Amino acid sequence: MEQGKIILDKGKFQLTLERLSYELIENHGDFDNTCLIGIQEKGVLLAERLTQLIKKNNRKAKFDYGKLDITFYRDDFRRRTTPLSPSNTEIDFLIEGKNVIIFDDVLYTGRTIQAAMNALGDFGRPNRVELVTLVNRRFNRHFPIKADYEGINVDALDEAYVKVEWKEDDKEDRILLFAGKDKKN
Amino acid sequence: MNGQLSTKHLLGIKHITKEDIQLIFHTAENFKEVINRPIKKVPSLRDVTIANLFFENSTRTRISFELAEKRLSADTINFSAAASSVKKGETLLDTVNNILSMKVDMVVMRHPAPGAPQFLADRIDANIINAGDGTHEHPTQALLDAFSMREKVGELKGKKIAIIGDIKHSRVALSNIYCLKKLGAEVVVCGPPTLLPKHIESLGVNKSYNLKETLEWCDIANVLRIQLERQDIQYIPSKREYNQYFGLNLSLLNSLKSVPVIMHPGPINRGIELDSDVADSEYSIILQQVENGVATRMAILYLLASREKIEY
Repeated sequence: MEQGKIILDKGKFQLTLERLSYELIENHGDFDNTCLIGIQEKGVLLAERLTQLIKKNNRKAKFDYGKLDITFYRDDFRRRTTPLSPSNTEIDFLIEGKNVIIFDDVLYTGRTIQAAMNALGDFGRPNRVELVTLVNRRFNRHFPIKADYEGINVDALDEAYVKVEWKEDDKEDRILLFAGKDKKN
Repeated sequence: MNGQLSTKHLLGIKHITKEDIQLIFHTAENFKEVINRPIKKVPSLRDVTIANLFFENSTRTRISFELAEKRLSADTINFSAAASSVKKGETLLDTVNNILSMKVDMVVMRHPAPGAPQFLADRIDANIINAGDGTHEHPTQALLDAFSMREKVGELKGKKIAIIGDIKHSRVALSNIYCLKKLGAEVVVCGPPTLLPKHIESLGVNKSYNLKETLEWCDIANVLRIQLERQDIQYIPSKREYNQYFGLNLSLLNSLKSVPVIMHPGPINRGIELDSDVADSEYSIILQQVENGVATRMAILYLLASREKIEY
């Protein structure tokens, strides 16, 4: 199997998360009227790690936290060869009039975020929505979507595949770049 | 997790696998969350048109399917035989082909003739969902029953489930038996000898003629309606006598060591198979069954639709 190139190792991974948490605290203070929502499945891992850091770095921070599954909102339903099975959505609050921060591990074509924003509309009309992503792949965006908080920027060919590994699932925090898409698992 | 049903149609539980059933449950759990939101709707099936063809009366199933379709954003058309050209002598195949030529993708059908959905599935292109065919199968009811049981008592493997009442005329009973056996449950059918089919044991279930013993044994009792409209001859001496021997009432339940969960697919004949003091008691999950019906049907429609790749 092809070896991926490590583009962010364990140490820098942690630093990047710390920086993102401080950026969020800088803009949102105590997170008054703000809710944080992770997109299933990998965005939830990012959101959980960052919510822990935010609470550690600002003890006064208080916010609603939820998980959003976008399977039923995807624009490739009946266009994929293999259907996707959904994960849980756990949002037990309304986002009406709130500031919403959504989290995903990789921002690439922007289709996931587009679906997520459609899905969010079913929980109320948010005041504003911001996006946090750990990896911003700058090429081949399909929609006019931009992240407000970015971990690292990656400029890679379309054939390449970026994989974020988490210590919860893969033993170690790191980000890998594979040259060919077929190495996706 | 990826998942695809092994079948293009849902004609009966007999033809689907245990994995199909589990995939439907997994998907239904997520739809149950959707239908408890303030906006109970997702856009998945917005380019799908579904025809609901009811050649036989129905309240719950029909409303449940229609709600499931609307909550998936599908377009729906409703058809009931009573007010249609069926009365003028049009055949089933002609009726359905005419509807399909108006660009319909899926057909939900209830029909008094056993095998009618199979007949259509062999001849037309759309996905067919059996919403009850005569005394044969009622797969969506069995799936929502099993989903509700699982919600109440956990995985069904090894669980003891009794199906009580008019087994002979019940499509719900047959679909329930197939579904529960595939999930590894132990099943007993209980009722008067005239209403238990001969050779029912060949499906892997046990028979009982004693209601109290059966209730003592089981974790869940699924009580079925006496289908007087399908009974061509007298199978029971009287409704009153049936109620005395096979009807559930609260004093009977209170005399048990432990009371099973009580289910009923509806419509209930109050005072015949189920007395009101049981139907409205804390033991009954009849209304949860109805709620789960919408989520389960959403899962089935979603999964069947997802098999078809769209081409423009």
